[in-house]
Amino acid sequence: MAALSRAWAWLRHQALPIYAGLAIAYMLIPIAVIAVFSFGATPKDKLTFALDNGFTTEYWSSMFSLPELNEALSTSIRLAALSTVIATAIGTTMAIALVRHRFAGKRAANLLIVIPMATPEVVIGASLLSMFIYASFALGFTTLLIAHVMFSISFVVVVVRSRLIGFDRHLEEAAADLGAGPLTTFRTVTLPLLAPGILAAAMLAFALSIDDFVISNFNSGTTVTFPLYVYGVSLRGIPVQVNAIATLLFVVAAVAAGLTIWQQRRAERMAGARPEPEPAPATVTGI
Amino acid sequence: MNLKQRLVPYWLLGPGLLWLILFFVVPMYFMGELALRSGSLTTGFTLTWEWANFPDSLSGHTEQILRSFFFAGTATLLALLIGYPLAYAIAFRAGRYKPLLLFAVIAPFFTTYLIRTIAWKTILSDDSPVVSVLQALALVPEDGRVLATPAAVIAGLTYNFLPFMILPLYANLERLDLRLVEAAKDLYASSRTAFVKVTLPLTMPGIVAGVLLTFIPAFGDYINAQLLGGTGQAMVGNVIQSLYLNQRDYPEAAALSFLMMALILAIVTVYIRFAGTGAFMGDEDEGRA
Repeated sequence: MAALSRAWAWLRHQALPIYAGLAIAYMLIPIAVIAVFSFGATPKDKLTFALDNGFTTEYWSSMFSLPELNEALSTSIRLAALSTVIATAIGTTMAIALVRHRFAGKRAANLLIVIPMATPEVVIGASLLSMFIYASFALGFTTLLIAHVMFSISFVVVVVRSRLIGFDRHLEEAAADLGAGPLTTFRTVTLPLLAPGILAAAMLAFALSIDDFVISNFNSGTTVTFPLYVYGVSLRGIPVQVNAIATLLFVVAAVAAGLTIWQQRRAERMAGARPEPEPAPATVTGI
Repeated sequence: MNLKQRLVPYWLLGPGLLWLILFFVVPMYFMGELALRSGSLTTGFTLTWEWANFPDSLSGHTEQILRSFFFAGTATLLALLIGYPLAYAIAFRAGRYKPLLLFAVIAPFFTTYLIRTIAWKTILSDDSPVVSVLQALALVPEDGRVLATPAAVIAGLTYNFLPFMILPLYANLERLDLRLVEAAKDLYASSRTAFVKVTLPLTMPGIVAGVLLTFIPAFGDYINAQLLGGTGQAMVGNVIQSLYLNQRDYPEAAALSFLMMALILAIVTVYIRFAGTGAFMGDEDEGRA
């Protein structure tokens, strides 16, 4: 009886961690399934997979052997790279304006940045398609680029802004006191300190673009991106190579995110370990 | 300040605002305009101020609209029930594992949304171990299916939008001053009373943001219903997608999509006014030192 009540007390105390562990498992199971299937699941019929071939790296070595898939991947990467560069550039300047300047219409500008994030993707996709239909504009890479930049901007602004809010302006003042002009100050002080935020924003924009299906589905015409390719073949049964590529993308993204966080912490530690009693630049985590 | 300096913020904002106006605001106008046209793909669509398109688009798809509310509402509630304890555990009980757990929360973002959902389709397929276990536990009838049921779609929606619930909750909980909870306990509040009277009200902004960020995308989603629900579980998103891309009945599709946008804006406005928080509308910088 005593053992039972002790067990019950232990369970009561550990209920929260156990619940949290189960929740984490729920979030990670599909990722594990994708990774496991990339090593040797064979498509059994249209909808299901079975692990009956045992462990094989066959699909990893033949990852890039499907021409249509390669084409879709290269389109996605080009699209994501271009839209990331454009969205990060114009989103960063917007964030600077919103944090550093006072001007009429700021609230309206804020609203215009937030509303797209609160709009269901299907509505964004449908409204853009409506306009392209009206203008008889041919759907393809250009319309995809327009759409991807549009939905990335808001996220870039939010991430860069959070970095700017925790920014120690004394450092810029110090640069100015030492005779640096506004442009030199921006180039040698502001930009390097802002860089982790901009990098995080760019990574987010890239991830959003390469992952987007819904808005692309409406505005792609005959252009096929990676998610559109997966959607197309999912009706027939996806080639296992897709699982291998998804796993590879996961690892690359995870390593990139991990490195960013590690680099940021190191920078914070180094700033903290400096001998001079100067205030370390306050940081707000980027991701 | 001279004129040149005063124009600086507008120069900085200009390109981005122009992009958002041209490719977000203006398309909404054209979608509204398209909704007032009539005709067919062969004869072309002409502007006839067909206001009836709006009520028609609603009455023709009542079933899918109600289903969207039900699915998205249930998924949001489940995400809150799963997400709040998890966010709480990460904020206060995780210790040195905190970064690792936060990483696990955002990990789904590192795989493609579509592929994650297809993975769920595999997990819930008829001969999968998960379904066998559910059948053994009699949670699902012996010959019952999980795939192509409302439960499958709700599970998928909950899974896919869970991080959007957890992250704002965590951000809010992490800033919670635990001394307030201690004070409540010093004043003889039970753990439960302290939670209801102190923790919960203080984390309301996080709950509001999480609920909105989960409900809105879940309401408009059509991937989960299509891949996990099959033909019988269509939501509004499926109707809009099919009308636009397969049937090419643009006016009706535009009308339905326009109404969805209006509805979402109304929900956001009312919800924020009711919940009394500006956190969602980009005012987060105003509350900070």
